[in-house]
Amino acid sequence: MDKILEYLLPPAKSTIAGQVDELFVFILIVSAVLLVGITFAIIFFSWKYKRRSENDVTPVITHNAKLEVAWSVIPLVLVMIVFGWGFTGYMNMRTVPTDAYEIRVVGKSWLWEFHYQNGTVSVNELHVPANRPVNLVMSSDDVIHSFYIPDYRVKRDVLPNRYSNVWFETTETGESVIFCTEYCGRAHSNMIAKVTAHSEEDFETWLANANKIDESLTPVELGKELISKNGCNACHSVDGSKMVGPSYKGLWMSDRELDDGTVVQADANYLRESILEPNAKIGKGYDPVMPSYQGLLNDREIDAIIEYIKTME
Amino acid sequence: MAVTETSTMQRLQVQRYIPEENPKTDYLNVEKGLWSWLTTIDHKRIGLMYLASIALFFFIGGVLALVLRTELLSPAQSFMDADVYNQVFTLHGAIMIFFFLVPSVPAALGNFILPIQLGAKDVAFPRLNLASFYIYTIGTIFTLVAIVTGAVDTGWTFYTPYSTETGTNVLLMTLGIFILGFSSILTGVNFIVTIHKMRAPGMSWSKLPLNVWSLYATSIIQVLATPVLAITLLLLVMERALGIGIFDPALGGDPVLFQHFFWFYSHPAVYIMIVPGFGVISEVISTFSRKHIFGYWAIALSSLAIAFIGFLVWGHHMFTAGQSSLASMVFSFLTFLVGIPTGIKIFNWLATMYRGSIDLKAPMLYAMVFLFLFTIGGFTGIMLGALSVDIHLHDTYFVVAHFHYVMMGGMVMALLAGLHYWWPKMFGKMYSELYARISCALIFVGFNLAFLPQFVMGAQGMPRRYFNYIDQFQPFHQLSTLGAYTMGIGFTIMFFYLLHSLLRGEKAASNPWGSRALEWQTTSPAAPHNFEHTPVVIHGPYDYHKPMSEFQLGIAHGHGHSPEDHTVDAGKEKVNVTEKTSAE
Repeated sequence: MDKILEYLLPPAKSTIAGQVDELFVFILIVSAVLLVGITFAIIFFSWKYKRRSENDVTPVITHNAKLEVAWSVIPLVLVMIVFGWGFTGYMNMRTVPTDAYEIRVVGKSWLWEFHYQNGTVSVNELHVPANRPVNLVMSSDDVIHSFYIPDYRVKRDVLPNRYSNVWFETTETGESVIFCTEYCGRAHSNMIAKVTAHSEEDFETWLANANKIDESLTPVELGKELISKNGCNACHSVDGSKMVGPSYKGLWMSDRELDDGTVVQADANYLRESILEPNAKIGKGYDPVMPSYQGLLNDREIDAIIEYIKTME
Repeated sequence: MAVTETSTMQRLQVQRYIPEENPKTDYLNVEKGLWSWLTTIDHKRIGLMYLASIALFFFIGGVLALVLRTELLSPAQSFMDADVYNQVFTLHGAIMIFFFLVPSVPAALGNFILPIQLGAKDVAFPRLNLASFYIYTIGTIFTLVAIVTGAVDTGWTFYTPYSTETGTNVLLMTLGIFILGFSSILTGVNFIVTIHKMRAPGMSWSKLPLNVWSLYATSIIQVLATPVLAITLLLLVMERALGIGIFDPALGGDPVLFQHFFWFYSHPAVYIMIVPGFGVISEVISTFSRKHIFGYWAIALSSLAIAFIGFLVWGHHMFTAGQSSLASMVFSFLTFLVGIPTGIKIFNWLATMYRGSIDLKAPMLYAMVFLFLFTIGGFTGIMLGALSVDIHLHDTYFVVAHFHYVMMGGMVMALLAGLHYWWPKMFGKMYSELYARISCALIFVGFNLAFLPQFVMGAQGMPRRYFNYIDQFQPFHQLSTLGAYTMGIGFTIMFFYLLHSLLRGEKAASNPWGSRALEWQTTSPAAPHNFEHTPVVIHGPYDYHKPMSEFQLGIAHGHGHSPEDHTVDAGKEKVNVTEKTSAE
């Protein structure tokens, strides 16, 4: 049984997951038993009562009150069990423990931003303390997204005009994947992030150092790291292929034709503006969809990204 | 429903009419030329025109599905980019749902068979019926223009604010679907009036074929729910065209409101798609088991129950969307309630097969495939109705698979059962039973190969509408694509043997299945006005214990010899039938 479960469901890494899986298995087993019965009846009847001749006489059985009550009431009882069970689990998912650690989540097309209580911001990687309730307060900057961690069995839509929340308590340290599950346009399927559950000390250490720049890196190395950390590579390639946005390859000092027909050169100021105010100048053939990185990247980091772009001719 | 003595008695002289085999004139050749088709008010011809249209859209939607599945063979981009992929899955969904599934059984098969099953000459409003077809055509043209001039990439659900912000041609597409809705409403009204007012003498409510009950329930949903879709789409158009803030938060609107509006139509619409299928399956199982249907009233009334409860479950599409927990609880509860009448039907059909005389011809094979696939669809629906489990499965491939098991495994199999069942009545030709079985087997195997793996990857967390996916899901996607190709081969074979049947098929007898139902007591293909006489009904359509001669009665011409008395319960009035023994 565990083998089958392992195959059917992702690993259960939160306190909620076990409850969800139990109900999943219950429905699965009851359904499988009934399905086998029904399938057997179909096959058996069509073999046993196969037409022998055109003159076959069949009995007149119009109804049978006892039988019909039985097959109405038994399924009704079964689904009521499932209903109550599912509702209890759902209420556990919706009732946030008062001591939960709170993190702000912002969904943007097409990245996830995580704001921690000390002002630290991370993009596309969520860090949480393990074995402690964590409450995510979420909103969207544009269209509807949906925040989903399969390993934790949690999901909630992220709306533009109000806050929604999701909470979980992990049972082990380690990494899991975060998906966006509400269709949000071109790079919907690239809106993937990672959650890392740390032990309490590791989490504090990470939180204290997350936004510190590693002094040992050269600007180019730092730029490369920032590009992946901030989710830039979801839309911008480094090999010249056209994705949602222009590729970095060959970008530096090239002539860019804008959607109003003017041509500008991709110099340092152009790149800086494109990072902080992406919609000020829109390249021809591209849509104004990039979110602003104002407040997410400091000047040193922007310098590093420009240095990195310079290397890709 | 009980036979009650009432004061109004009507005495009818009846005689037996044995349908002529392979008549010279029928509804297909009574008039010739394209113009006669375009201006026809014959419900049978209108039904065939719908049938041709939905076949075309099923083909287009199916090819789009194969294109999608081919792209999904590999986790990253292979031959189309994300924009094209998003447009293709939107078109696949919108075409299959609005242009194929919604009109499939009601407008195509229903139009053809409903008046014949009632013993009527036509529907109540034949011109309105033709108008519905043209409205459908105009709606589809709007949509095709939208496709050509700039594809739509919102998904068939058109969720705001994405659908108000995306640059593609949403306006024209929604307008097309808005127009299409009127076709659906008018067909519904037409059917309701027809069923109430056009029944043959003796055709009381308790003798209605179950297919008619299903179409009745469907028509009620169509008339009540479709206007909400029209209003929603109109509001969407107003927001996009005039900038009035209704759903878009940037303009002060509420995007979740759109979801409520949308699902208020689209959930009942799921029942518009599946309930007519129940009717077809009831007819087919009874005919090919040559046995009285088990639990007539349970099947008839459960269709109506589904129609009504179906209006109250739309919120189960929004368990993760931000409605209150109380609302989620109520919607979950009602969702389970709607499952019960559906389960009852499955058991009734099985009980009908018990001790029957089962003939495994193509329509019956499809009905059995339906039973198996639809049961899986139902059980996985229970999975999705359970609140805590749904949170995990919502918007994953599990939902995609569930939906396809219900819609394709349910509705499309029912449509195929009905198509093969009534094919001789439609065209007066038989099809190749051998090829029909081969194609049925291929479709069955292909279908399960395509969608069973989707349950697994959905449960593992693969979200739907993903152009790229993480590598661990690749084997499932590859199996699924293989299954889709297998189904494609099955449908291709079907196209050819049906074409062969049309051109060179063996002539069909008027009642090739030995059914007692009224539509089989006329010629094949049906006469221009369905019957050459006014049929009189004294038995139910599933009374296989009564002799065939008593199912072929009609109002007698001229004077009879030794009359024999029958008493017929004709609903409100009691018809006293005098049968002429001198049958034709």
